[in-house]
Amino acid sequence: MFKKTSLLTIVFAVSILFAKSSAPAVSENNSETKKSESYNPVPMIMHHIADAHEIHFWGEGENSVSIPLPIILWTNNGLVSFMNSEFHHDDEGHHVVEKKGMKFAKAHGKIYYANENADSHGSYISHDEKGHSQNAKPLDFSITKSVVGIFVTMIILLLVFTSVARSYKTNGGIPKKLTGWMEPLVVFVRDDIAKENIGEAKYKKFVPFLLSIFFFILVLNILGLTPLGFNVTGNIAVTLVLALVSLFVTLKSANKNYWGHIFNPPVPAALKPIMIPIEIVGIFTKPFALMIRLFANITAGHIVILSLISLIFVAQAGSGTGMAWSVSPAAFALTLFIFVLEVLVAFLQAYIFTLLTALFVGMSVEEHH
Amino acid sequence: MDLVTPSIGLIFWTTLAFVVLLVLLRKFAWKPILTAVNEREETISNAMNAAEEAKKEMANLTASNERLLNEAREERDALMKEAREMKAEIVAKAKEEAQGEGEKMIANAKATIEMERKSAIADLKNQVAALSIDIAEKVVKGTLTGDDKQKALVNELVEEVNLN
Repeated sequence: MFKKTSLLTIVFAVSILFAKSSAPAVSENNSETKKSESYNPVPMIMHHIADAHEIHFWGEGENSVSIPLPIILWTNNGLVSFMNSEFHHDDEGHHVVEKKGMKFAKAHGKIYYANENADSHGSYISHDEKGHSQNAKPLDFSITKSVVGIFVTMIILLLVFTSVARSYKTNGGIPKKLTGWMEPLVVFVRDDIAKENIGEAKYKKFVPFLLSIFFFILVLNILGLTPLGFNVTGNIAVTLVLALVSLFVTLKSANKNYWGHIFNPPVPAALKPIMIPIEIVGIFTKPFALMIRLFANITAGHIVILSLISLIFVAQAGSGTGMAWSVSPAAFALTLFIFVLEVLVAFLQAYIFTLLTALFVGMSVEEHH
Repeated sequence: MDLVTPSIGLIFWTTLAFVVLLVLLRKFAWKPILTAVNEREETISNAMNAAEEAKKEMANLTASNERLLNEAREERDALMKEAREMKAEIVAKAKEEAQGEGEKMIANAKATIEMERKSAIADLKNQVAALSIDIAEKVVKGTLTGDDKQKALVNELVEEVNLN
């Protein structure tokens, strides 16, 4: 246990180093030009929370060090694909990439059809008064940072669990090493999540699904805690898909009893006009809550950690480097505390998502009694 | 609100990745893992059941040994009791028989003795009569003329003298 925590501390310390090396670039520039201007951490935090077309390590603008990822667009003229590096780290619509006779520009991590000419700020994307981009967008199927995170998770899960599966054969059914660590989790999902909520008679069919969703979320949550800057389960698209999968499995396995409860609830006839719509809405509120819960928990954790680290730079921008140094220990201690809490949350949210999915499936396969 | 607007690309890739992952893990990981775990659990529970059975068997065996021993003991006791009873019965019967036989023999002897005595007395009577006649003949030989009258008289007298 101690070994694990110390490992996480190191991981966390490294993550702070990355954050430090990326954020001061802005604040220093700001403090040189306008000493009084305070450091606004929101763009940095939002940039981290949002998906991106690159895996960014440090540096700003042209000096960024990042791994460019492939951009895949479904455009008016079919599929277009190129590397993000062709934008030359531009994220404000200043740089245009031309493919298949179409021009693309990128702003705030999104790719737009570029205008013919740049505006007064040098941007090829028009904005309304509120700063929203008005240009049309091609459908973006890029291998973004989150997609890379998902692929990494897939590879980790496949490697870990196929080797666990093999180890039973080579060790004669005795769990050793990695298997010894994974088997309690697998048995936990099987017994305390699946069997407990779906029932002895029908749980077996759902165990592989529940195991997959549990470990998928768990590994993605933990990946989000590494300094690589992933925020996959804190992305609404990912939690949407997971919630839809949960809904799909629930409805697919639903029996007559379940539908009976929805369209013919056991209440007095006068209440039925009220109850039936409520029950129908209830089908969708459950996965909706699943989607929001996971997204909000993970995103909130990331925002809190990044905000606490930003305290240092806020102090620096406001009161100079001396203040930044004196604020650092408190910010570090708080961040460490939240970080350890986030490790708990990573497990907890994976557990809750799986538990509730099992509960909903259990309700949909429950026999009349 | 970019934060809560799901992007189509990520939806696509997540769905694809999760479905592929589910299919692959189900086939190559969960099935063998769950099978192995189930098999081991079954083996353990079977072994424990077998141990329990063996324990019961042992208890049964001990109990049945005890029972057999008790039965044998009871049978022995019963046999001995029977034998004792039989002995007593035989002895009693023998005694009874012996007594009956003895009584019979005594009765027979008494009857024989009585018969012998009676015949001896009759004999004696005859001889006494003959003797008396002889004596009387000799005594009253001259005094008496008619032989027959005297004989009848003597017999009459003898009858009266019936020895008891």
